[in-house]
Amino acid sequence: MSTNFDVVVIGCGVVGAAIARELSRFKIRVAVLEKEADVSFGTSKANSGIIHAGFHSAPDSKKAEFVVPGNRMFDKLCEELEFPFERHGELMVAFSEEEIRILHTYYERGLQNKVPYLEMIGRERVLEMEPALSPDIHAALFAPTAGVICPYEFCFSLVGNAVQNGVKLHLNSKVSWIGKTPDENFEIETANGEKYSTDYIINAAGLFADEIASFVGLNDFKIHPRKGEEYLLDRRVGSLVKRVIFPTPTKTSKGMLVIPTVDGPVMVGPTALDIDDKTDFSTTREGLKEVFHHAQKMVPEIRTNDIITSFVGLRPSPSGGDFILGKTVVEGFINAAGIESPGLTASPAIAEYIKDVLIKEGLRLELKKDFDPYRKNKSVRVRHLIDERKFDEFSKVVDENKDYSILVCRCENVTEAEIIAAIKDGHTTLDGIKFATRAGTGRCQAGFCTSRVMEILHRETGIPFEKITKKGEGTEIAPYPLKKGGVK
Amino acid sequence: MFFLNKGENMRKSLICITCPLGCSLDVEYDTNHITKVDGATCKRGEKYAEKEIFSPERIVTSTVKITGASIDFLPVKTDKTVSKKIMSKVMEEVFRIKVKAPVKVGDIVCSNVADSGANLVATRSFRGQ
Amino acid sequence: MIKEFDAVVIGGGPAGLAAALSLKSNGVKRVLVSEREDVLGGILQQCIHNGFGLHRFNEELTGPEYAERYIDFVKEADIEIYTSSCTIDIVNEGESKTVYLMSELYGLVEVKTKAVILAMGCRERNRGNIAIPGSRPSGVMTAGLAQKLVNRYGYMPGKEVVILGSGDIGLIMARRMTWEGAKVKAVVEVQPYPGGLNRNIVQCLNDFNIPLYLSHTVTNIKGNNRITSVDIAPINEYREPSKEEQFTLTCDSLLLSVGLVPENELSLKVGIELDKVTSGPLVDANLMTNVTGIFACGNVLHVHDLVDFVSEESEACGNAAAKYINSTLTKGEEIPVRTGNLVRYVLPTKVEPGKEALLSLRTMATAEGVTLYIKSGDEVLYKKKHKKIFPSEMQRVLIKQVPADAKKLDVLFK
Repeated sequence: MSTNFDVVVIGCGVVGAAIARELSRFKIRVAVLEKEADVSFGTSKANSGIIHAGFHSAPDSKKAEFVVPGNRMFDKLCEELEFPFERHGELMVAFSEEEIRILHTYYERGLQNKVPYLEMIGRERVLEMEPALSPDIHAALFAPTAGVICPYEFCFSLVGNAVQNGVKLHLNSKVSWIGKTPDENFEIETANGEKYSTDYIINAAGLFADEIASFVGLNDFKIHPRKGEEYLLDRRVGSLVKRVIFPTPTKTSKGMLVIPTVDGPVMVGPTALDIDDKTDFSTTREGLKEVFHHAQKMVPEIRTNDIITSFVGLRPSPSGGDFILGKTVVEGFINAAGIESPGLTASPAIAEYIKDVLIKEGLRLELKKDFDPYRKNKSVRVRHLIDERKFDEFSKVVDENKDYSILVCRCENVTEAEIIAAIKDGHTTLDGIKFATRAGTGRCQAGFCTSRVMEILHRETGIPFEKITKKGEGTEIAPYPLKKGGVK
Repeated sequence: MFFLNKGENMRKSLICITCPLGCSLDVEYDTNHITKVDGATCKRGEKYAEKEIFSPERIVTSTVKITGASIDFLPVKTDKTVSKKIMSKVMEEVFRIKVKAPVKVGDIVCSNVADSGANLVATRSFRGQ
Repeated sequence: MIKEFDAVVIGGGPAGLAAALSLKSNGVKRVLVSEREDVLGGILQQCIHNGFGLHRFNEELTGPEYAERYIDFVKEADIEIYTSSCTIDIVNEGESKTVYLMSELYGLVEVKTKAVILAMGCRERNRGNIAIPGSRPSGVMTAGLAQKLVNRYGYMPGKEVVILGSGDIGLIMARRMTWEGAKVKAVVEVQPYPGGLNRNIVQCLNDFNIPLYLSHTVTNIKGNNRITSVDIAPINEYREPSKEEQFTLTCDSLLLSVGLVPENELSLKVGIELDKVTSGPLVDANLMTNVTGIFACGNVLHVHDLVDFVSEESEACGNAAAKYINSTLTKGEEIPVRTGNLVRYVLPTKVEPGKEALLSLRTMATAEGVTLYIKSGDEVLYKKKHKKIFPSEMQRVLIKQVPADAKKLDVLFK
């Protein structure tokens, strides 16, 4: 017995989530199928979180078409969905005359792409803006419309609002087969034994979009994993820089950034290495060296001693090098694939585009009268109240809900109330809770809070302690209970 | 390290584990007694050397299941050293034992555990809930 | 909620408890201990092995037993205890301080106090700090977290274990995991000497034939979901691993025992200066930090090996804090204590001439046949020959009286 939908979105990274949220405005039945134990567990979790200004993309590309409109949409999205977003701008820095020439080509590109307020500025102004930058910098391209977000918080907020407005989210639902019924709609089977039937499929399956496409006989593109290593520095180092700092792209520096993340700590990276294995998430000694060599050139104060953690993201690099968007020769099967940088920035604009494609493809879209663009039931984050010593305000929050007085993550000041809210939102893995609340991302890297979070998760969901995972089945934290005292 | 000298005299280097000092002992012995101990800072070192060469023993510490307490496992220890040879038998017994709160530190949780000559005692007190 | 005390002790582990008792026995009336866990005892509650108390009680006790002794003393001593109470801020207002607590029972509590004793202990260094290359699977955790999961909750993180770091926590867990049925395949140590006590090498590794690889490190972690193996390689004097001699061990769990760091985030908030070598607060002979009225003791001040010394140090700290509260703390001229040959650090870094001085120090490297000297100018105040000395064994020296005319103390090995 399969459940019937009008649209099924395969993949719930930022692209799938943005599309789901867009479609949740309309009176249609929408489901999102995500193969992992939580949304944003694929490429989106390792995203650098930059909302690009848009001067990087080649004019005439789809990337250029969607990046600037996407960028513009973030203020409204932030207001509606309440995810952290800082718009301080980005600086592409040049260390020589030759690099300034390259800078200028990006300036021109930016103008062509209609990036607003672009400026080429000299050393004096660069160092005034960012005193921690190397005095060897000659000039920079400044784009004030760039910003930073937390990619998985953004994804969670999109999904949260979509579900709030009626979208059905199915986790642990890896698509194993797609066929067509005699009535010309799609039948989808997932590895956990569920069946779905739908008129339209949106392929937002990231790294595996080519494999999903091949289920319906489409083999006209390939997705190649392109590895990026990123390193997170201790919060105590300070933000060092206020804006995202890029080097001028040359043969050797492939865009290794210094990023003041929206949560505070500085992030450096990513590398860019083409690999074959879509499951290779390993950091390397060479990657570390490369990242720090480039980062230190731009911000001399950066030290490897300050690293608190590192991680890897695999970009879904499409053959052809540009976004693969829109209808295909298979009726009803629509691609939203190969979304590499500036995919995060472009995602809201891509979502609107996909909606337009659906209309063109015959789907009747009628607006829901009761669509609520505002995210409900979001738990209050109290960390800044504690950091900024706003104790009166904090007291009020505790008075409303006593669980806010129980500190679970000491390093990031995350309370039990926030953990419980994350669990109620559907985050039932330690990584999911980590991304939703920041518990475990601090200095001690979950040394203190792991057992507390596990206790709360067990208590709230009944999941046996030994079955609690880091990021889904097969990643249990403490899988072997000591069967003492005659317990079988 | 093992040196075989003339006749029945043998020599071994040991680290005494009686206290955290961990003195390095140079021990000479024959088939059934110690002839010389060098390097001990106290008398316990000499006693340790004798035991360690002929019948090594250890204190065993572990946890046993407890019900009716604020947590599920009670830390325990053997109140004397037990022969290394039967350490694993002691651990098997530890797995079988179940205790009910309340319990006081020092309470015997299993007397003469695994026939070792030592009792297994609680090392923490719990009130009943 | 607003409360007032004479002294607030942050942390209810062995340091906090000894300090609180000492405050009380020196006549301080209102003493509060704020402990973030639901029970007192600190890290001792998960240290179910023995080796504690030989100096303090002349008995060999397990961690929980040592903790219970102090918990019993504290219960009889009219000391206010808040458990499940996390200290989130301290504000220095000169003569008094305000400590902000998040208490499960009372909500946000503002505590006005004359003196504060920091006794927060330390945290473990983790994978992020040492940037081990490889994937990010489950099964990789600090030895301390594994110890908590096994001892308090009764769950094993793995059955085939590799341990990185031969500090005491790693050695103890090698034995613990083995005793609970796991196979510990190796302990890997980056230094050419073990990090923990010799007795633990014997009773945790040798007893179970667990190999110890000195001057080796883990160069790669493999496994997508759960860890499946680690690569281990010897390192040269520049800490570079040798690819040719690299070997692989399969495992489902990697425990990290790679060092402890005093937990001083709270101290930084109130403007306390830290010592770059110890990572703990800079203190004078009274164990007072640069913020008048705030003292520190135990692992938060510097990482200890023996809890007995923690208790001793914390008692002295409580003594000094009590004098401060009773306005009888005389702070005379202080002279510096200088580290000489082979000495990594000495604590405190200042002492008072004419008074007693209890010095803690560690050597920089393993050394044989050296003599520890503490001198004031040419005068030798203390001299002790050591057959062998390790960085992992803290030395404690009591100078009964620092000469009244001393200008500085030198601590060195020859």
